[in-house]
Amino acid sequence: MVEPRIIIVGAGPAGTRAAEACVQAGIRPIVLDEGRRDGGQIYRRQPDNFTRPYAKLYGSEAGRAQALHETFDGLKGKIDYRPEALVWNIAGGQVWTASQTYQDALPYDALLLCTGATDRLMPVKGWQFAGSYSLGGAQVGLKSQAVSIGHKVVFMGSGPLLYLVACQYVEAGAQVVAVLDTAPYSARIKALPDLLAVPSVLWNGVALTMKLKRAGVAVYNGIKPLEINGNAAEGVSGIRFRTGAGVEQQIACDAVAMGHHLRPETQLADLARCAFTFDPVTRQWLPERDGDGRSSVAGTYLAGDGAKILGARSAEASGRLGALAALADLGLPVDKGEMASLRGDVGTYAKFARGLAKAFPWPSEQASQLPDDALLCRCEGVTAGDLRAVMRETGAQEANRAKAFSRVGMGRCQGRYCGLAAAELIAAEADIPVEQVGRLRGQAPVKPLTIAIGDDQ
Amino acid sequence: MSRFVRLGETDRPIITVHVDGKPVEALDGDTLMVALLSSGSMLRQSEFGPEKRAGFCLMGACQDCWVWTESGDRLRACSTLAASGQQIVTSQPGASWSNHA
Repeated sequence: MVEPRIIIVGAGPAGTRAAEACVQAGIRPIVLDEGRRDGGQIYRRQPDNFTRPYAKLYGSEAGRAQALHETFDGLKGKIDYRPEALVWNIAGGQVWTASQTYQDALPYDALLLCTGATDRLMPVKGWQFAGSYSLGGAQVGLKSQAVSIGHKVVFMGSGPLLYLVACQYVEAGAQVVAVLDTAPYSARIKALPDLLAVPSVLWNGVALTMKLKRAGVAVYNGIKPLEINGNAAEGVSGIRFRTGAGVEQQIACDAVAMGHHLRPETQLADLARCAFTFDPVTRQWLPERDGDGRSSVAGTYLAGDGAKILGARSAEASGRLGALAALADLGLPVDKGEMASLRGDVGTYAKFARGLAKAFPWPSEQASQLPDDALLCRCEGVTAGDLRAVMRETGAQEANRAKAFSRVGMGRCQGRYCGLAAAELIAAEADIPVEQVGRLRGQAPVKPLTIAIGDDQ
Repeated sequence: MSRFVRLGETDRPIITVHVDGKPVEALDGDTLMVALLSSGSMLRQSEFGPEKRAGFCLMGACQDCWVWTESGDRLRACSTLAASGQQIVTSQPGASWSNHA
């Protein structure tokens, strides 16, 4: 029998565990990863000549990070690993990939998409000023380059990452001026029953808040962001917000790390023609999958945060589970008992993730409250007022139609950072449910390609 | 003044890259973004507004951090390593935008 060709996209926790399962089954998968090194974002590896130990880089998750990296190192030679390879399309039964110097189209028998996540952003007036960064970006700077994004940093948004990254900054010696959480403290109490599904992670979260307070960092809950102050030439100079008690406040800073938890990178699942369903808890469209990770398209499997935000621990389980499902579907022997146990693990993490979504809700109402002169799309400078005008003039109420007329979602980031907020704004203006606005279709190439790419290697 | 602040790992060999013709000192292992923002505060001019930009996501998703080689090749500063001898320009060679003509 010819060895089936399995392609894994992504070398983070899900992709690494999927590759390991394939190798254990005697298969040599192709692993395509955009990163220079394996690890993905949350377990991102620092350059070779950096010396910080695991405990310093990954805190409570140091053991998991190290185990994952060592697993991947052990797979070298047993997998066809292609770092710095962008997968820019899936079409005609092939994975289309490109690096700075070559391109390739690879057919496959099974495709595992472990594409990971990016920050979910709610635009704030002034977020185009230099010094505004995504929360995940602030963490990448520290983890992989040992830098702080500014001299005086404010963390603003919501979600577990907000507290984690703020703490990591404090511990690394950065000056954290404040943590501004849009979620009211009461939401966390309501979410407790679900959060108790994984007590150790819940405790990690509590410990982070305590650490910040001990370090003297001002932590505000239930705030409403009003404006990132700054100017075109010098960038961010401060932040203006309303406290939970309704008092307007201003804090001087030269950097803002902003984000509201994460969103899955689903463009490749979309191009592979996977069916999507609206998830009312996170208000996001997610690719459908069965309990093992099978998408609606035969031979295409989805795992990790690229399918649904369930966290890194869950990604390791769902990556392995998706690979086992693929191997089983290819007629190879797999341990059904292990699959059942992994399904149980993913279910537990799913309950915890539901708790997080309740504890740190996406402040959808802030999109419709954006003033007309606030940039909604920071790539091309399209304001909230521009999108409202397009809706009035054209009647557009569907995400892709509104994009065509307004260019919101058409710029460099291709809607990654404005798309969800734009949908909320449209829904509120048109007074329709956000699911009726639909979702921005994935378009190839999913990221800009260089024109000068040559043929093949 | 610099935008980024180094918090450690400073015991690395110094390299020199050229940005818009001027030498910039960086450390071996820096990305171009860290090299540029550890000695300056901006990466490029927005094509659509008056403001300067300094990147946003640091993970290759937003494309806000584009810079160019002197020969016109586009680089994502957040995911390209700085190297001695690089000649980087912070505006696209040959391009002009209607609002900045």
